[in-house]
Amino acid sequence: MNSMQPKTWSMAGGIQLAANKQQSLQGPIRTALLPPQLIVPVTQPDYSQPQLCVQVGERVQKGQPLVCVLSAQGLAAHAPAAGIVTAITTHAVPTASGLPELCVVIDTDAADTSWHKLPPLDYMQSDIDTVIQRVAESGISGLGGAGFPAHQKLRSSLGKVDTLILNAAECEPYLTADEALLRERAMDVLDGCLILLRITGASRCLIGIEDNKPQALAALRSHAGDPRLHIRVIPAKYPSGADRLLIHALTGTAIPASTLPIDCGVLCHNVGTVFAIARAVLHGEPLLSRITTITGAAVQQPANYEALIGTPIRELLLQSAVDTTRLSQLVCGGPMMGTALANADLPVTRTANCIIAATEPELPLPQPAQACIRCGFCAEVCPVQLLPQQLYWFARNREHARALAHNLADCIECGACAHVCPSHIPLVQYYRATKAEIAEANDKQQRAHHWKLRFDAHQQRKAVEKVAEEQRRAERAVLASQKQQSGTAATLSARDAVAAALARVQAKKAAGDKLASGSVASSNVADDNKDSRS
Amino acid sequence: MTPAGYFIAVLLLLALVQVYCAVTSIAVSKSGVEAISMVDQVNALLPQTQCGQCGHPGCKPYAQSIVSGGPINKCPPGGAATIADLATLLGVPVQPLDPEHGVESPRNIAWIREDECIGCTKCIQACPVDAILGSAKHMHTVIVSECTGCDLCVEPCPVDCIDMLPARTPLQGWDWPRPDPGLAGPVPVATDRMPGTSV
Amino acid sequence: MLQVVLACVPGTAALWFYFGYGVLINLVWLCVLAVGLEALVLILRQRPVLVYLRDYSAVVTAVLLAVALPPTAPWWLGLCGIFFAIVIAKHLYGGLGYNPFNPAMVGYAALLLAFPVPMTRWLLPAGVTQALPDIGTSFALFLDHDIHTGIDAYTGATPLDKFRQHHALLVSEFWKGTAVMGQWSGVGWEWVNAGFLGGGLYLLHKKIISWHIPLSFLLAMTLLAALFYDGGSSQSHGSPLMHLFGGATMLGAFFIATDPVTAATTTRGKLVYGALVGSVVFVIRAFGAYPDGVAFAVLIGNLAAPLIDRCTQPRTFGHSK
Repeated sequence: MNSMQPKTWSMAGGIQLAANKQQSLQGPIRTALLPPQLIVPVTQPDYSQPQLCVQVGERVQKGQPLVCVLSAQGLAAHAPAAGIVTAITTHAVPTASGLPELCVVIDTDAADTSWHKLPPLDYMQSDIDTVIQRVAESGISGLGGAGFPAHQKLRSSLGKVDTLILNAAECEPYLTADEALLRERAMDVLDGCLILLRITGASRCLIGIEDNKPQALAALRSHAGDPRLHIRVIPAKYPSGADRLLIHALTGTAIPASTLPIDCGVLCHNVGTVFAIARAVLHGEPLLSRITTITGAAVQQPANYEALIGTPIRELLLQSAVDTTRLSQLVCGGPMMGTALANADLPVTRTANCIIAATEPELPLPQPAQACIRCGFCAEVCPVQLLPQQLYWFARNREHARALAHNLADCIECGACAHVCPSHIPLVQYYRATKAEIAEANDKQQRAHHWKLRFDAHQQRKAVEKVAEEQRRAERAVLASQKQQSGTAATLSARDAVAAALARVQAKKAAGDKLASGSVASSNVADDNKDSRS
Repeated sequence: MTPAGYFIAVLLLLALVQVYCAVTSIAVSKSGVEAISMVDQVNALLPQTQCGQCGHPGCKPYAQSIVSGGPINKCPPGGAATIADLATLLGVPVQPLDPEHGVESPRNIAWIREDECIGCTKCIQACPVDAILGSAKHMHTVIVSECTGCDLCVEPCPVDCIDMLPARTPLQGWDWPRPDPGLAGPVPVATDRMPGTSV
Repeated sequence: MLQVVLACVPGTAALWFYFGYGVLINLVWLCVLAVGLEALVLILRQRPVLVYLRDYSAVVTAVLLAVALPPTAPWWLGLCGIFFAIVIAKHLYGGLGYNPFNPAMVGYAALLLAFPVPMTRWLLPAGVTQALPDIGTSFALFLDHDIHTGIDAYTGATPLDKFRQHHALLVSEFWKGTAVMGQWSGVGWEWVNAGFLGGGLYLLHKKIISWHIPLSFLLAMTLLAALFYDGGSSQSHGSPLMHLFGGATMLGAFFIATDPVTAATTTRGKLVYGALVGSVVFVIRAFGAYPDGVAFAVLIGNLAAPLIDRCTQPRTFGHSK
């Protein structure tokens, strides 16, 4: 390494995988043909019911919003092409759960090519909030994998970021969407970096790219004129593109567990996301398409496609001349972290960076798991230095406390451990399930604790109200007896009774005041005192 | 050994036990660890929905009944998980949920169909955790984050405008399942049993 | 694990060369028994038999126990040993992956405690005695026929055993006066150890084992031996070379201590574990009641492995510890 190369930090563990990237990089990015029907997912990040602003039967323009975003957490969606909304229904989408999500189905109209764009924005002159608003209106979420809304990430990072990181590592085998984008449109991507530098006020942007992408690197180098852009080449090793690991590789900072990169002044964005931000700000184009790699030994022409969101995966496979007789598995995403698809009718989503049409020898079906022999290969490859073999036992035996003590929460689920396991144990699945169980148990406990406090407060309020009611009754009794006194001669015993009642009221009032100060009653409705629980 | 020797030996042992007990009890009281009552320990395992399905007015009375030897399988909101926790804490065998008190179901939340609500405040009085907001002759609504899904507000409503709906959609409720244990599935001999039946 | 069996070939060949057919008879007998017992237990436990037999773990256990048994071992000795190893130490603890103790060493230790006499009745190596038992005699020994009058001509204590009793002699005097002592260590034993060393290096090369345990095992033992080797006085515990190439050192370092199921699994833990086993081997040889201590050292290491793992957890990414 020559002395000009700035320092990068090496990763612990990790594995060398056959890249299998050259197949899909033979030609330029193809524009996918307009499919007859688009299935556009409009799911919100929190899975809440979105407010749709189109109806079945309505004619939509290319770029017309489909969702009225009401909250800051909401995610916009747009019609990727002109056509008629024929259905608003749940449809299976390529996610791990395989559960259907709400989609807007559009029958496309190839003749109508007009595009509903927003005006271009001069990001240097505009208010920062305006630029973020533009990102929000354009419906951009992370195109790398997690799919977190970009505008939300930007908003939460305002004033906190010192270093912006462009994640161009793309370390999973087969994936070339980002690489193809950089080869052909590095200029736009770097414009996006400048926009993000302006929004966040970060002083520098580090571009992390693996050393097995020379053409993309050359394209970046020829366009990276701004002195704040720094290209850092890191060795190709899976999973160097995981955000925390990439941040460490480029800056030497290991983001402490249980904190976010933003808390350490770092904001990480994927190449595709930054490209989409650039198009949205500079050209007013909402996110209507993404680059998707179609590859695998079962397609005869592997390539990268610029595909409209909602394009059925089947259409793309057909354009790549899929050989269905050889197809054994369809995977969305990379072979390490991707999910197997049930069929090819699912639509391309924002996060569908790659579809692998694999043959049986290429991606063998998982073998039955055998006993763990504690060989420790998993611990050697774990990039975050966990002990997967120990975590496995804890996960299997549902020993949540011990799993947490062995830092299960830090697992990035990269799958390196499961990949090298000689017993074919689906380790990551165990970790994911255990994490989910722990989260659920914690939730349950917090709910129970909260409800108990509420119930105690409720009981206390009722006690106070009962006392108050008794007091009122006693006062009424006093008044009544006073009226009586003026008419007839009161007996000694009656007077005594009144005095006793008054004393009782005084005592109870004092006790009641004490209770009321601790009460958090939310309702001011008088209680009828008949409840069996009092 | 003479009988007197035996006698002395037994006395000595008893004295040793006494000393040991005294020392440990002093140590415990000095260590500042406050003993948590059994009722509170049991109550901490209950889901605190305060629904009364067990036949007791609230979770704590049920905890008291459990501690005094009552059955541990009367809590449908807690379900099998709570029964297993209770069995572990008390050292008693796991039992299936008693169907007389209800069946285990996903967590629900009460929703008031607001345009049908007549503002009678009956549901507000029934709610054990004050999760319903409203006043007489005005519309009521449920504070979703506070609702335990206890069902107690449904019955008093004179116009039947309260629905119990799942707290989460299937999508919100989805999480990674456990993998198929494969050939590694069988666990050690001492506890060789099919997966899923273990505690 | 077939590779492990292959890697045992040079060491076993040297044993065969120096100690005769008894070695081979033990080997075959134990392999047959191990596979049979494994299949039987798997059937009783209602597990897929062929799948588990194909991992060769039973064969590895059999080979490791067979090379540890004296070549004069009668059939019932091997049977008891392999029963302890496969049925008790392995399957009653849950089968492969669940056993806390190395099955072969549990079998060996059980035999050594139960039958100390036949377990220490080693043959004199070829080169020291002119007549190794022929194939017939070996079988007769194996079938436990009463040929005690004849057998005394062949048997003798192992060199490590002899060395323990050098008492008043200087090491050099003892060496001269004792026929079984070779160049560095016992006659034949040097080549047996060299054979297992070669096999171990092959396993390292194939990345079937990692270097941590063997290296720290041998280093710890050598260091201790060097520390206590006072140039060969009458009180000396023997030179480091004698310990490295004597007894079951290389077998233990490369084949037994490296059993992943029962060893420590963290990187630092493996170093600690290897060093612990290596030092206990020397301590037993020098100060214990047994001439060799690999089996007990490995079992003690197994006992300590969970604790070692617990104390040597690596620092997780992003944790300051």
